[in-house]
Amino acid sequence: MDGLDEIYNDLIMEHSMNSYNKKKLDKADYCELGHNPNCGDEISLEVKLNGNIIEDMAFTGHGCAISQASTSIMIDTLKGKTVEEAKEIVKTFIEMIKRETKNEEDLEKLEDAIAFRNISNMPARVKCALLAWHTIEDMLNK
Amino acid sequence: MNIKDDFAILKNRNITYLDSGATTQKPRQVINAINNFYENTNANPHRGAYTLSMDATEVYENTRKKIAKFINAKSSDEIIFSKNASESLNLIAYSYGLDNLNKDDEVVLSIMEHHSNLVPWQFVTKKTGSKLNYMYINDEFEISDEEIESKITEKTKIVGITHVSNVLGTINNIQKIIKYAHKKGAIVVVDGSQSIPHMKIDVQNLDADFFVFSGHKMLSPLGIGVLYGKKEILNKMNPFLMGGDMIEYVYEQETTFATLPNKFEAGTQNVEGVVGLGAAIDYIEKIGYEKIEEIENEVVSYAREELSKLEYIDLYITPNKENHSSVISFNIKGVHPHDTASILDTEGVCVRSGNHCAQPLLRSIGIDSTCRASFYLYNTKEDVDKLISGIEKAYNMFKKYIKL
Repeated sequence: MDGLDEIYNDLIMEHSMNSYNKKKLDKADYCELGHNPNCGDEISLEVKLNGNIIEDMAFTGHGCAISQASTSIMIDTLKGKTVEEAKEIVKTFIEMIKRETKNEEDLEKLEDAIAFRNISNMPARVKCALLAWHTIEDMLNK
Repeated sequence: MNIKDDFAILKNRNITYLDSGATTQKPRQVINAINNFYENTNANPHRGAYTLSMDATEVYENTRKKIAKFINAKSSDEIIFSKNASESLNLIAYSYGLDNLNKDDEVVLSIMEHHSNLVPWQFVTKKTGSKLNYMYINDEFEISDEEIESKITEKTKIVGITHVSNVLGTINNIQKIIKYAHKKGAIVVVDGSQSIPHMKIDVQNLDADFFVFSGHKMLSPLGIGVLYGKKEILNKMNPFLMGGDMIEYVYEQETTFATLPNKFEAGTQNVEGVVGLGAAIDYIEKIGYEKIEEIENEVVSYAREELSKLEYIDLYITPNKENHSSVISFNIKGVHPHDTASILDTEGVCVRSGNHCAQPLLRSIGIDSTCRASFYLYNTKEDVDKLISGIEKAYNMFKKYIKL
């Protein structure tokens, strides 16, 4: 067992190869580009707000399975949340990847995104998993 | 003779190392030479009047002579030590390019240049108001004679060309390019980083004006590179970096510079790297380029054959075997190269994935990254088998999800 199946599991594969979140929004309020220059991964995140609530989100771009799935799953997790809740979830996700938190209660808030908890076993891929989360972090902080 | 035994890391880490295009592993002989230098000869060359410093100077300067002989330079004054090929290329761009390019002059590069032989020329052409043009590849991943002759013109002053592409493995016809450029009055800068590890270089026979390479891609330590330049050109150039050991007289407001080669070697140099490079050259010469080519030919031909059998991959190599060195770029259709590389890694197979510091080339082919397997003298057919079974594993993991 080399840990590969934990990472390339059905959930991640489906999201990466065939994501319903990969599209353009009709009317987006905010758009932010994320880029990993070393690997060429590029995503464009779109967000539509309703007051303080993230009403809709989508992405376009290209990259590896991990960066694409991470983006798509992040969108599922953050949709319907308030901006404050989203900030908290993003922070928890980044801490989980960096192995700075193991608080199960906190991690539950991540919903499906918890699937990436073992990515720290593949250090070369950490930045792929984080791309979308850093991008939304920049956007939310603006 | 089992070459693998000289490379302890291959056994210690139990890996199939297929990333020699990025950096090669180092044989015991090179590591020992560096050890020996620090235990018996270390001092600052050109600085002390005591025996130890003179010994260090002798080791340093003897290696310069060894390199001159190795690439058949006319004089060891034409061998300048640098940090790597990138620094050598920057030296040429700054010291030659900035001073010799005028408005409306042209610099011609191939689209397959590494960023290190591309970005400095963007800077220099913008600064001088000159133009940057490219020779593109055909559908065989080669630069045709017609392309050479249509891009290099009377306006061309500098041609930059990689001898072997670090992405495609294509061996460029630099004999033709140099001859043609000279006819048009241009000088030629050859990036030999991917060629000199694999083939005998004779700079006089090539008639290259500049030829640069990195030591670490030819069994030497990291951080040592070489710039070869024709003496008459180097003599006319201004220094690039300034400081200790590159001067003659320094006054409060004026300085006169040292003669070649010191003029271009400011500050204390990477003597350990030079010693390692000397030992690497000894190692290559002991085995011989003929033998190296024979080993690589067998392994790379086998890799080409085996990879060609996999109908689910794209290969980015020329069909003309004689124009192909030992780099193979590929992609599993519908699978991102980083995923392929990660899965290969779990099998101990080290390949590079990404844009290989050649974004304009990949963009011109219409892709954004590839997996790259690059081979060297320590690789075997078993390594190819490992690569193939790793690729099969990756494909099988992704197969049911792939949407083309």
